Amino acid sequence: MRSLKGLIEDLLSIPEERSTPERYRIVGRNIAILMLITTLVPLALMTVINYFEYKAALRNEIQAPMKTLVNKAKHSFELFLAGRLSTVNFIASAYKFEELADEKNLNRIFRVLKKEFEGFVDLGLIDSNGMQVSYAGPYGLQGKDYAGQAWFEHVRVNGVYISDVFKGYRKFPHIAIAVQHISDDGREWIVRATINTGKLDDLIASMGLDAESDAFLINRQGVFQTKSRFYGDVLDKCPEIPPISFEPAVIERIDPLGRDVFLGYVYFNQNDFVFVLVKPKSDVLKVWYTLRADLLIVFVIGLAVIILAVLKLTNIMMKRMKESDDKRTLALREVEHSHKLSSIGRLAAGVAHEVNNPLAVINEKAGLMQDLIQYNPDFPDKDRFVNLVKAIIQSVERCRTITHRLLGFARRMDVEVQILDVNEVLQETLGFLEKEALYKNVKLDLDLSKNLSKIESDRGQLQQVFLNILNNAMAAIGDGGTIAISSFERDSQMIGVTIKDTGHGMSDETLKHVFEPFFTTKKSGEGTGLGLSITYGIVKRLGGDIEVQSKTGTGTRFTVYLPKKTPAQSGV
Amino acid sequence: MKEFKVLMVDDEEDFVRTLDERMQMRNLDTSVALSGEEAMKKLEEDPPDVLLVDLKMPGMDGMEVLKRAREAYPGVQVVMLTGHGSEADEAEARRLGVFEYLRKPIPIDQLMRTLKAAYKKKLEQAMVAASFAEEGDFESAREIMKQGQKK
Repeated sequence: MRSLKGLIEDLLSIPEERSTPERYRIVGRNIAILMLITTLVPLALMTVINYFEYKAALRNEIQAPMKTLVNKAKHSFELFLAGRLSTVNFIASAYKFEELADEKNLNRIFRVLKKEFEGFVDLGLIDSNGMQVSYAGPYGLQGKDYAGQAWFEHVRVNGVYISDVFKGYRKFPHIAIAVQHISDDGREWIVRATINTGKLDDLIASMGLDAESDAFLINRQGVFQTKSRFYGDVLDKCPEIPPISFEPAVIERIDPLGRDVFLGYVYFNQNDFVFVLVKPKSDVLKVWYTLRADLLIVFVIGLAVIILAVLKLTNIMMKRMKESDDKRTLALREVEHSHKLSSIGRLAAGVAHEVNNPLAVINEKAGLMQDLIQYNPDFPDKDRFVNLVKAIIQSVERCRTITHRLLGFARRMDVEVQILDVNEVLQETLGFLEKEALYKNVKLDLDLSKNLSKIESDRGQLQQVFLNILNNAMAAIGDGGTIAISSFERDSQMIGVTIKDTGHGMSDETLKHVFEPFFTTKKSGEGTGLGLSITYGIVKRLGGDIEVQSKTGTGTRFTVYLPKKTPAQSGV
Repeated sequence: MKEFKVLMVDDEEDFVRTLDERMQMRNLDTSVALSGEEAMKKLEEDPPDVLLVDLKMPGMDGMEVLKRAREAYPGVQVVMLTGHGSEADEAEARRLGVFEYLRKPIPIDQLMRTLKAAYKKKLEQAMVAASFAEEGDFESAREIMKQGQKK
């Protein structure tokens, strides 16, 4: 129970700490497992329940008619035997002993009997001592002594007797029916008739069984009373004696032929007989088997469809999740980036402001020193001091440049908007660089869109942007490189300018920091690390966007997107 | 004879005293105020030709000094010299009629040029006004004197 709970918690939790692809894999797997469990468990349960319900229902459906049939057969047999018994009984009571003892009389009665009732083979009168007094029939049994035989004792005690099937003297299967009669004057006699069992076979045949089924009578000792199709002839031993039941019952057995069979049977109340009906299962269960196959097919198809759907769904879901996660991460990174830049900008501006005042003091003090030295013609080591002070003032000058550029980066500049042609601005800007390009043997490759829309923007600031990027490109390529500049319409809102160089490119690490102030790869003293951050600030302020792609050794590509209409005042 | 009178207002004493000394070496008649309030007092006592004022000061700041000076003494040209200049401050100062907006630190030559230009402007305005006055057109003379305030 504990581990099951743990397992469910495991399935429901999203592992935040794992690496991203593995996380998606685990979440996807968990969702798939949960969905499969929630769909397949009910499906499997329903299939199993249906299986057993149908099985029970069908079994009843199959067994009920068998029971009815068995019961009907039993009644037919009992009716038949009862009819024969009452006939013999009638003969025994309707005639006096003397009348029956007369062979002529007996023969006449026998003839009528044979004519009226099928199956009678012979008829005889036996006195109380067991002697055959008279006989009518084909075997000539006059004078035979039955005293001491079991049936004789039985009839003397019970008054009636119906034998099992036997061959006896006649070497032919038959049933003997004996009835004892006691007259008013106390005389006893017994009338005994035998009946051909062919009539029993006829009764079974009239049930119209199919070729695979079998029906027969046995006695309680399991001896065949009628012949069976598959299990033996009359008087053979039946391989199976079903448990006693006076109500029709059905049991399942495997018969000697190896078939799965239903065994329907019933014990007779009055006699020792048992009626047995055998039906092979395969036959009666054909419906069940097809149903079971259908059930299985439906289950398997359902299973396959569910698994496919679940996997597909999970896959789509994971894809969506990953996409939205990626988008979120990207957006977050962008926000973080601009936030970082603006906070760095504020910091830089603060520092610049604070530094300016002491710089001014240094400037004035050094300036005063310079003045004092210059106004005093007799100053010792004059030249040396002049140079020293000059160096101080120059350094202040350098600091001033930095602080002013810093403020420029951070400052919210007024944008002077005019309608201008970006191609024209590009060409103007390139004019500054043509000399240098010639000198460094750099090829400038221009591909300017002829029908580029004019845009609302600030000429000076755009020049600054292009100049910064072009300067970087120029610095990145050695002799004989190429700078490709192209302009294009991006969509109805924006135009784009791409500046691509074949320079040394940037590493991913450099690329990450490329727009940050003070980040530079140039030697200290050569660059302030402000160029691209100022560029970034300007482009953003103009409502545009800037993208950079780079690969070490291959070159760098800057793409600047500019809006055709300047957005209402925006600041960094 | 000193060239013209400059009143320098800055709370950074080290800076302003040194600058004062250098200005005097350059033959300007300079005086120093260390706060906005002091500057207003000195303006009243002895109005200078040019007022050089810092922006960020405790108490009355440079912007306030500029405003009041332009109101009360339209003839006095105001130059702002600050380490804290933001774009917005500069725009505000120009709206109020500052002659020039400079950022610290500044080379002395550039500062001198600006101060002289400011003085020249003051002289020009005064002369135009004077010529109108000579013609008896005091209305126009007053207009011109006031325009300095707005320009």
